[in-house]
Amino acid sequence: MTPQFNRDAPVLEVRSLSKGFTMHHLGAQMAAFDDISFQLRAGEFLLLKGRNGAGKSTLLRALYRSYLPGGGEILFHSSHGVIDLARAADVDVSLLRKTEMGFVTQFLTARPRVSAEALVAEPLRLSGVAQEDALEQARHWLDAFGVKRTLWAAYPTTFSGGEQQKVNLARALILPQRLLLLDEPTASLDASARAALIDRLSELKSRGTAMVGVFHHPGDVAQLIDSEIDLTPDVKSLEERENVVV
Amino acid sequence: MTLTLDAPRFVETKPLLTARNLSKSYGDVQALRDVSATVYPGEVLGIVGESGSGKSTFLRCLNLEETPDAGSYSLDLPDVQGNLFDLDRYGRRMLCATRIGIVYQNPHLGLLMGHSSSGNVAERLLVAGERRFEVLRDKARNALDASEFPLDRMDAPPIELSGGMQQRVQLAKAIALEPALLLLDEPTTGLDVSVQALVLDTLKRLQQERRITMVIVSHDLGVIRTLSDRVMVMRRGAVVEEGLADQVFQDPQHSYTQQLVHAKL
Ligand SMILES: Nc1ncnc2c1ncn2[C@@H]1O[C@H](COP(=O)(O)OP(=O)(O)OP(=O)(O)O)[C@@H](O)[C@H]1O
Ligand SMILES: Nc1ncnc2c1ncn2[C@@H]1O[C@H](COP(=O)(O)OP(=O)(O)OP(=O)(O)O)[C@@H](O)[C@H]1O
Ligand SMILES: [Mg+2]
Ligand SMILES: [Mg+2]
Repeated sequence: MTPQFNRDAPVLEVRSLSKGFTMHHLGAQMAAFDDISFQLRAGEFLLLKGRNGAGKSTLLRALYRSYLPGGGEILFHSSHGVIDLARAADVDVSLLRKTEMGFVTQFLTARPRVSAEALVAEPLRLSGVAQEDALEQARHWLDAFGVKRTLWAAYPTTFSGGEQQKVNLARALILPQRLLLLDEPTASLDASARAALIDRLSELKSRGTAMVGVFHHPGDVAQLIDSEIDLTPDVKSLEERENVVV
Repeated sequence: MTLTLDAPRFVETKPLLTARNLSKSYGDVQALRDVSATVYPGEVLGIVGESGSGKSTFLRCLNLEETPDAGSYSLDLPDVQGNLFDLDRYGRRMLCATRIGIVYQNPHLGLLMGHSSSGNVAERLLVAGERRFEVLRDKARNALDASEFPLDRMDAPPIELSGGMQQRVQLAKAIALEPALLLLDEPTTGLDVSVQALVLDTLKRLQQERRITMVIVSHDLGVIRTLSDRVMVMRRGAVVEEGLADQVFQDPQHSYTQQLVHAKL
């Protein structure tokens, strides 16, 4: 497959981003991170590192606007044009989340009486894919992540933790997006699901998805990493690795 | 600390609902202070806040049952112009019957408890001018079915039904005419937890399948989190915070919202 995207096209330009929390009940302010800047082009993978509490999840959530950034800019080059996610209107952020920005965590938000395959197909349906086609693709990805066929039409509310996580990954990765944020998606996955995840990520990467991720065992994704940021205070540095060709 | 966001740049549709600076007092009680809200087509706006903060009053204004002392309200619909509070009683009644649906916490407010359930739904269609018996019955049946009401009970009066089924009759009545706007005031409060989940699931399904624009008030943050795209937090008649649902719940900015969210976690 030849990539049909421009490798030099910027996807994300983060400039002097900062985030702190005001905890009113304590009358306290706490800085999570300060003055973070980086650039990400199509198909690039940025690894976030740092000790527990360094602010990795906080940075990912700020990029997705689940957390409100304190200062700085998050310029996202979307298909509609460039927009600063730190200040964009809520409805614009909602729109971009539907088709251009994905967020993968370890946890599935199951809903009562919604089958695994319907849950996985939902992102495709919301982006305009016809029901049957969406379901067919959903089954493909459930299979790829190792969810037993007998569970496809069942409700994930009763699935085991590992099964739910696989459904979650299938749902999060079914729709190729311009920007993908990953918060420890491999934690507690079995080996075959982990391999399926890495395969899918490298496929998405080769098709131009830009990624920012936190991985408990970065070794898992070593071949995908283009650059790293360490958020541990005083280690702040952006190391460029040799560009690894996939 | 209020951070102002940019105006929408990519979403080109106009808001369906625009309420500007609504204020309302009852004697010494100021139930609404300068409340503004914008809701886009297909969006779900959740409203949370302590008891007496003005949530129901705000919904009654949106349902044109109440006229605020100040403020304006418009819906971006064909043939609907200007400030809706300027409409006379007949204009309000027609607009509500045809374009706005409402579900109250207390089914007595929304239903005639002694009439048949199908009759309650059909009544809404009658107000809108439908007279053909077959059409009335068909449409009532479809709306009850879409609300997942057991059709073999459609002739039973709400007084004989369980709380969950009464809410489904209210919902059927509210959606019978495919309203542009659905208002929900504590639709699941007071129901058993398992029934609550089913009603919530029906609402979610309707929202996804019909892309109905909704404003929902609930004390149950789980309900708001499940249904809403955006959330507005009210206190003492005023809006103290609003934002994307996940942001308001995960990174609340106002001290009152922090209390509210942390109390429930
Ligand atoms: N919503 C919040 N409100 C207040 N403080 C928060 C919030 N979210 C995160 N924090 C604080 O911000 C700091 C960074 O947390 P974060 O979860 O980003 O760390 P992390 O690098 O992802 O850590 P880990 O490796 O343990 O996952 C922590 O001190 C955390 O307590
Ligand atoms: N018709 C009325 N006459 C007098 N006072 C009223 C009337 N309606 C509301 N109020 C007062 O206005 C304030 C706001 O009431 P409202 O019912 O809107 O609150 P709410 O946020 O819906 O509360 P809850 O969560 O308890 O339902 C309250 O102090 C209430 O007593
Ligand atoms: Mg983390
Ligand atoms: Mg109320």
